[in-house]
Amino acid sequence: MAGDILIEAKGVTRILPGIVPTTLVRNVDLAIRANEFVAITGPSGSGKSSLLYLLGLLDLPTEGEVTIHGKGTAHMADDERALIRLAALGFVFQFHFLLPEFTALENVMLPMRALGRLSREAMRTRAAELLDALGLAEHRHKLPDQLSGGQRQRVAVARALANDPPVILADEPTGSLDSKSSEQVFQILRDLVDKRSKTVVAVTHDLGLAERMDRRVQLVDGAIEAPADGARVT
Amino acid sequence: MNLVLDIAWTHVRSRMRQTAFAVAGVATGVGFSVMMAALMQGSQEDFMRQLINALPHITVSDDRRLPPRQPAEDAFAIAEFHGLTPEARRKGIKNPLAIVGSLEAWLPGAVAPSVQTKGILRYASRDVSVSITGIDPVREPKVSQLATQMRQGTLTSLYRTSNAMILGDRLAEKIGARAGSNITVQTSAGAKLNAQVVGMSHTGIRSVDESTAYVLLKTGQIIEQQTGLVNEMRIRVRDPMQARELASRIEEETGYKSVSWQEAHEDLLSSFVIRNIIMYTVVGAILLVASFGTYNIISTITHEKARDIAIMKSLGLNERKVRSIFVIEAMLIGIVGGLAGFVLGYALCLGLESIEIKSPFMDMNHLPLSYNPLHYAIAMGVALTSSLAAGYMPARKAARVHPVDIIRGAT
Repeated sequence: MAGDILIEAKGVTRILPGIVPTTLVRNVDLAIRANEFVAITGPSGSGKSSLLYLLGLLDLPTEGEVTIHGKGTAHMADDERALIRLAALGFVFQFHFLLPEFTALENVMLPMRALGRLSREAMRTRAAELLDALGLAEHRHKLPDQLSGGQRQRVAVARALANDPPVILADEPTGSLDSKSSEQVFQILRDLVDKRSKTVVAVTHDLGLAERMDRRVQLVDGAIEAPADGARVT
Repeated sequence: MNLVLDIAWTHVRSRMRQTAFAVAGVATGVGFSVMMAALMQGSQEDFMRQLINALPHITVSDDRRLPPRQPAEDAFAIAEFHGLTPEARRKGIKNPLAIVGSLEAWLPGAVAPSVQTKGILRYASRDVSVSITGIDPVREPKVSQLATQMRQGTLTSLYRTSNAMILGDRLAEKIGARAGSNITVQTSAGAKLNAQVVGMSHTGIRSVDESTAYVLLKTGQIIEQQTGLVNEMRIRVRDPMQARELASRIEEETGYKSVSWQEAHEDLLSSFVIRNIIMYTVVGAILLVASFGTYNIISTITHEKARDIAIMKSLGLNERKVRSIFVIEAMLIGIVGGLAGFVLGYALCLGLESIEIKSPFMDMNHLPLSYNPLHYAIAMGVALTSSLAAGYMPARKAARVHPVDIIRGAT
């Protein structure tokens, strides 16, 4: 059963300014509830990634507003939004986006250190636990270059979980992985929702994967095609 | 370690080659500007030192610059006179010993009385007109370098025989005289004197070495045919830069014309202004070029990290933190480069100093260099400023970009 609304988009439109302005997202209303596994699907160029960035406060809507826990974000200072991203949201991108000079463990520790709520030892222990839980125990001290694509993506998931945020936003998390790694990463996300009560919003063009999520939001030309707050599938 | 410091340090460390290049760039700029400044200032200081050493700091002569003060001027504020000339009187400084005594009482330096006269030296049928200086061999070393510039004999050799004489080495060469030669001195007053050469001096200044002879003060007075005559006092003060003020005070107290070395060489000193402009232009240009190099390297490094900046921002690091990472990196490079530049600059100076110059026209056989901490401080200051700007400006730009723009670009 879906819980409270965590993130809500209200009439969100994002227009990319330019000589010919491009509308990426068109008047979207969408509510993400606690403990949901939501798929945002659509053909390429349909604005699904853009919608995810808007939900994750990485980008600002041209019109409308995104609220987090019922709090409006439109008038927040950049630093305030950054703090929400740091503490309450976790990101996984199509490419791992790990810092190349730091080991897996250090990369996972990075958000914790930026937040600075734990002692150094506690951070180290927690980062190690996260990596162990994702089957990367023996790769803790490797640099991103020394890991396979799937391993890197799992490190990225561990990093997204570093500050224990209620919501994970994933942009094509399996997009650049082979089917085996892809399945592994999907299962991890599935477990986050089922076993750790997290909320996961994933952008994917893989309909097979989307089928296995709780709810699908279909975007076409930046607008939602299916009813936004439809019934849960499972 | 603080997260920001840690990231900066890791960046710098993990790209050793790039860092080394950046550091080398800063170091070269700092090193060469330090060297250039040392060279320019060194040669100027050396020139000044030669000037100060070659000549007395203050010369008091028996000329008077102003007509004597009239009693009416003391009595009435508006008294005015026309057609007065400086006092004409017996040559020489009156009561020289009393003046020497009173000057020595307050002057930070030494005073030596002397007699300046002109004469013609005659030896082996060659005649040369020379200026003859009667000196006190005991006081002379305190006001001039003559004692250290003796090629043959010493100043006290003047006591060895009656009418002993020291010749400038080029003068001796010119007339073919050697130590022990007996020469004839003919004065303008018509007196004739037989003198014996007891030594030779070499100041390095051709015009002086070619036409100067030294005798005892007493001998000088005999040549001038005036006992007790002192017509010049040479003063060497502890701080040559104070000579101007001291000279005017001496003139005020004694009434005799006193000329500081600055006044005597006004023309040379004014050429220093031009030299200084040249020096600051050259050193400034080197620093400017070096700082462009520094800027280039560091801003390239920062631009290359644009993706990392986007990642850190998307994770939720705020702009200020991201920016300070790159400012710290730039500062590290600037400081290490600056310190390496100090070493390079110092080494270059030592290297230049070790070059020996053999020239028949100069006594100096090494390049004069000045080791001034100020040069190092300025070079470091410029290097740090340019590297900070080079780190700050691109980092500010990169940190302002929405992470999405870069993430989109990568996907």
